Amino acid sequence: MRQRILAVIRARLREFYRDKASLMWNLAMPILIIFGFAFIFSDKPDDLFKVGILTQEAAGDTQHTTFLATRYIKFIPVTKLDEAVTKVQRHQLDMLLVLGAPPRYWINQHSANGYMVERVLRAAYGSVDTPPRREIVSGTNIRYADWLMPGVLAMNMMFSCLWGVGWVVVRYRKNGVLRRLQATPLTAFEFLTAQVIARLIIIVVVTLLVYAGADYFIDFTMRGSYLALFLVFFAGAACLTSMGLVVATRLKTEELADGLLNFISWPMMILSGVWFSMEGTNPIAQGLSQIFPLTHLVNAARRIMIDGAGLAAVGFEIALLSALTLLLLVVSAYLFRWS
Amino acid sequence: MVSLSDTTASAARTAGEQKQLAGNETHATVILRAGNLVKQFGDVRAVDGLSFGVEQGRCFGLLGPNGAGKTTTMEILEGILAPDEGSVHYRGKPLDHRFRQEIGIQFQATSLQDYQTVRETLEMFAAFYERRIDLAELAELCRLQEFLDRDTARLSGGQRQRLLLAIALINDPRLVFLDEPTTGLDPQSRRNFWSLIEGIKRAGKTVLLTTHYMEEAHRLCDEIAIVDKGRIIVQGAPDELLRQHFPAAVIRLPASALARHDQLPDDMVCSDGMIESFTDDVTVAIARLEGLGANLGNLKISAPTLEDLFLKLTGHTLRN
Repeated sequence: MRQRILAVIRARLREFYRDKASLMWNLAMPILIIFGFAFIFSDKPDDLFKVGILTQEAAGDTQHTTFLATRYIKFIPVTKLDEAVTKVQRHQLDMLLVLGAPPRYWINQHSANGYMVERVLRAAYGSVDTPPRREIVSGTNIRYADWLMPGVLAMNMMFSCLWGVGWVVVRYRKNGVLRRLQATPLTAFEFLTAQVIARLIIIVVVTLLVYAGADYFIDFTMRGSYLALFLVFFAGAACLTSMGLVVATRLKTEELADGLLNFISWPMMILSGVWFSMEGTNPIAQGLSQIFPLTHLVNAARRIMIDGAGLAAVGFEIALLSALTLLLLVVSAYLFRWS
Repeated sequence: MVSLSDTTASAARTAGEQKQLAGNETHATVILRAGNLVKQFGDVRAVDGLSFGVEQGRCFGLLGPNGAGKTTTMEILEGILAPDEGSVHYRGKPLDHRFRQEIGIQFQATSLQDYQTVRETLEMFAAFYERRIDLAELAELCRLQEFLDRDTARLSGGQRQRLLLAIALINDPRLVFLDEPTTGLDPQSRRNFWSLIEGIKRAGKTVLLTTHYMEEAHRLCDEIAIVDKGRIIVQGAPDELLRQHFPAAVIRLPASALARHDQLPDDMVCSDGMIESFTDDVTVAIARLEGLGANLGNLKISAPTLEDLFLKLTGHTLRN
């Protein structure tokens, strides 16, 4: 069995690296996307400032309502103090306001936006007996490119897994390659296993190259453990590859496979936090994003790379992606037909 | 790894098995048996109660026009397609893992994985089997040496068919399925391919062949079954079938060679612009035509063919 699996893996890898057009697409596209979107989103949005709001106890004042009615400030509800403070440190929030008696606020002493929004806050509160208590933090800015990088890596992985396995197997079925293999002692299990392993090898190598290349050009932030990041990406790749296998189990035409893969991948790409944070978006959209494996992959990778999260902190995402992989593999093995 | 000379030993082994199983002679000599196969696709009954046995060491041909059910029958026998009714037995048992290890198949139309050389393709398929033929000898047998390191996408039609035949032989199979192996080849390539198949036969392998080329079936097959609309119309050795159904020769000349056709004897027919006569005595037949005043300038004399047989039995030609 092992030599049959290895023989198919070798053939699939040769197919990949000898297809020069596809190889360039896999390597160059994500880097081009980073440059492109960093440029596109370099303009300021309509809202000038972002303020996190945490309600710990009933506010003992009414001035906060004046502040909350200020235009051109985006007020984002937060639930965890330490996470919100970290965002102020990372310049992801310009201010954190904790409502209570008395209210407190955090600003980053290096943030120009923090300075300005503090002025607005103090103007709203005016001369009161108990002004909001000031807390100072410091920290360097996270560029959009730094924030974007984990999402782009994960998105590139998604396209590679879905099309590199799902679409390819459908093409094999349509042009008779599967039929030829069916006539040999190679079993469906061996064939599918070889496809998954070959794709994981390709993903690891391509992601490493893209990572190294992007880091050389952009010098993005990586605060966490490389081991944790590798495990997260590996679990995510296995899950997305299995998803591609499910698509490939019965479809007979590339056109249908294209349509179904686009139907799966585009909502996933838009709603999984690849291009923009889902915080502050429609609650239904936020709920929907949780069903996508890409969401958990992106969140875990971002927490490792930007927040420096360790393996334990992303254990839930790894476990979830692994469980989903197992489920999808069982389903695809059950549904798969050679022709 | 086995060599080509081992295949002769394989044939001897097969003969030994025949002697050992002499008490049950039918099962010893019939390597593949199809029993009352039925396969329906929607309203179309592609295979309709088809039964036959293929004797070990012989070449059995399924002959018939396009859409007769040959390929569907082959796919059922190869284990690719499940029949709606009926059974297939290999060496007395239902198809199993041993069947997969001991057969080779050349499909009528197939694709191979992209960006692989001929050598790499053969090595991949070789890895699927417990028993494999030496690749150098296989390349020599199928004349692949000159393009072993060429991308399979850049092969000519004839080269590609030789590669597909090599893949079918890579496990030194006992039974080889060849589904329309020379379709699309030019006449020279077709003849070259026939010599390859004759080499396979000499090595003692059993061959099951489908074709709609009557010359190919007549040359290669020890036994044929003519199939039409999913059923076997007639079965037997090609020459024997022709002897049973036709006199020794057929005379043909253009209908325009004779001014009036109403005086033709009963054993001569005029259709599709040709006058045709099947006869055991060519001299007498020519004399009769001369007596009718026929112009014999374009007269042709030949032996009856399987196409003549098919036309006689079904009313249409093999190429329809």
